[in-house]
Amino acid sequence: MNRYFSIYAMLWRNSVVREMSFKTNFILWIFVELLWFGLQITFFSVIYMHTDRIADWTKWQVVMLIGGAHFIQQMFQAFFLVNCTQLSELIRTGKMDFMLLLPVNTRFLISLRQVDLGAFVNAASAAAVMFYAGKQLQLTPTAGQISGFLLLCVASILIHYSLMFLLATISFWTVRAQGIIWGYYNLFNIARMPESAFPAGIFKTIFKFALPMLLVANVPVKLLTEKLASPWEMLFLVIMSVGCFVVSELAWRFSVRRYTSASS
Amino acid sequence: MRKYLHVINVGIQNTLVYRVNFLFRATFGLIPLIATIYLWRAIFGSKEGDYVAGYTLASMISYYLIVTIVDALTAVAEDDWQIAAEIREGTISQFILKPIDFLWYRLCLFVSGRIIYTAVAIVPVGLFIFLMREYLVAPPSLEIFGCFLLSLMMTALLQFFLAYTMALLAFWVLEVSTFIFILYAVEYLVGGHLFPLDILPPAITNVLSYTPFPYQLFFPVSVYLGQATGDALWRGLMIQAAWTLFAYLLARFVWSRGIRKYSAFGG
Repeated sequence: MNRYFSIYAMLWRNSVVREMSFKTNFILWIFVELLWFGLQITFFSVIYMHTDRIADWTKWQVVMLIGGAHFIQQMFQAFFLVNCTQLSELIRTGKMDFMLLLPVNTRFLISLRQVDLGAFVNAASAAAVMFYAGKQLQLTPTAGQISGFLLLCVASILIHYSLMFLLATISFWTVRAQGIIWGYYNLFNIARMPESAFPAGIFKTIFKFALPMLLVANVPVKLLTEKLASPWEMLFLVIMSVGCFVVSELAWRFSVRRYTSASS
Repeated sequence: MRKYLHVINVGIQNTLVYRVNFLFRATFGLIPLIATIYLWRAIFGSKEGDYVAGYTLASMISYYLIVTIVDALTAVAEDDWQIAAEIREGTISQFILKPIDFLWYRLCLFVSGRIIYTAVAIVPVGLFIFLMREYLVAPPSLEIFGCFLLSLMMTALLQFFLAYTMALLAFWVLEVSTFIFILYAVEYLVGGHLFPLDILPPAITNVLSYTPFPYQLFFPVSVYLGQATGDALWRGLMIQAAWTLFAYLLARFVWSRGIRKYSAFGG
């Protein structure tokens, strides 16, 4: 265990050095993400110029939801996103051989190789928006609510990571998996919408029980805004996150067995 | 002329490689679209009366359907990344030597890319629109449809010239993707992707109508839906033509400045 910590510390150091050698780019990317975040908030602000609620969500509750979704997405991005998208590249070029030979858990190494430092800055901006929305709603969350929120965020990040990793393992079968991975970006769009706006149907069933996008941000934010219908919603999110992780691990083991290097 | 037809032909064959990618892109792209439609349903459902900002639920859904069609026909997909990569890697040198104009060459590739994308996207998007067919309204008259086609063509050209100009920034900076993403974000919001621009306060809509962004998507859609009529229609077409011409001249200007700066990579 200690060994893994020191390896991870080393990977962090590498990432810092890499990011700092392209400073302008680093700052520009933060700006791009901020712009997209602002754009989402603008979209809902425009909608709320014409209505005072979407299903049972008021304006500042939705702002809180967008902030929460962005926070979770950015934390996922900070630790995992780049690494997941690079898996198909590792397989295509045969660099995967090298990863498999190293005396550490391969999934650990592949999933955590790079850290996206800019994403932490963006997560902080999301937290600031949530804080402001909380003030507007006159919320005074207890320490229990805040730690519960953070724990649920961990479960949500695990869901994003497991699903993305699952998609990335498709590259063991087809090299052109890039498109599929970027398609995942479209799913982030649903995460920031209030779940109760969707009527019961196929769409809602898929995005609650198969790809739980309608839960990842909704449940943690509902805990903060006291909108949870029952504590079971939280338990369900945790169960889903464990389930997604198990499925992705099984798929990973199954896929690695199928790996034949690029050159041989 | 014949050589450019040949480029389109070759372009089509090359782009066919991306057909699975295009299929995924079109299919995954439907998910946020469906979500947005549900969102509007919920908004209309929780309000008294049939109108929100001058739209009925049916006309709002029609708006998003036409947006999807116009977007499939005119959006720039890979072209800007490819052009930037050609400059960065120095493969652009061959076009300076050949008796072919790079802008027309890339425009031909853009056209062939759109042909293939539309052909592939027609399966998922067509199926989706078929399911929603009650909302797919016909344009009010044949003249309006003609104006729509004219506007659609200018939209495609405007999109292409702007993307081309952005990609040419690669002559000066190594990494153009951030600039491209910033422009995307602006277009996404004030081009009409997220919501019809006329639900904004009239003052803002009016100011926007002088910028190029509504003409990259919103304007042709509102022509199709018969919302821009009479003087507004002609004025819009004139402004769109002016912006398209300006974008063309800008692209030419930036190219002529860039090529002076260019020193072939590795050459």
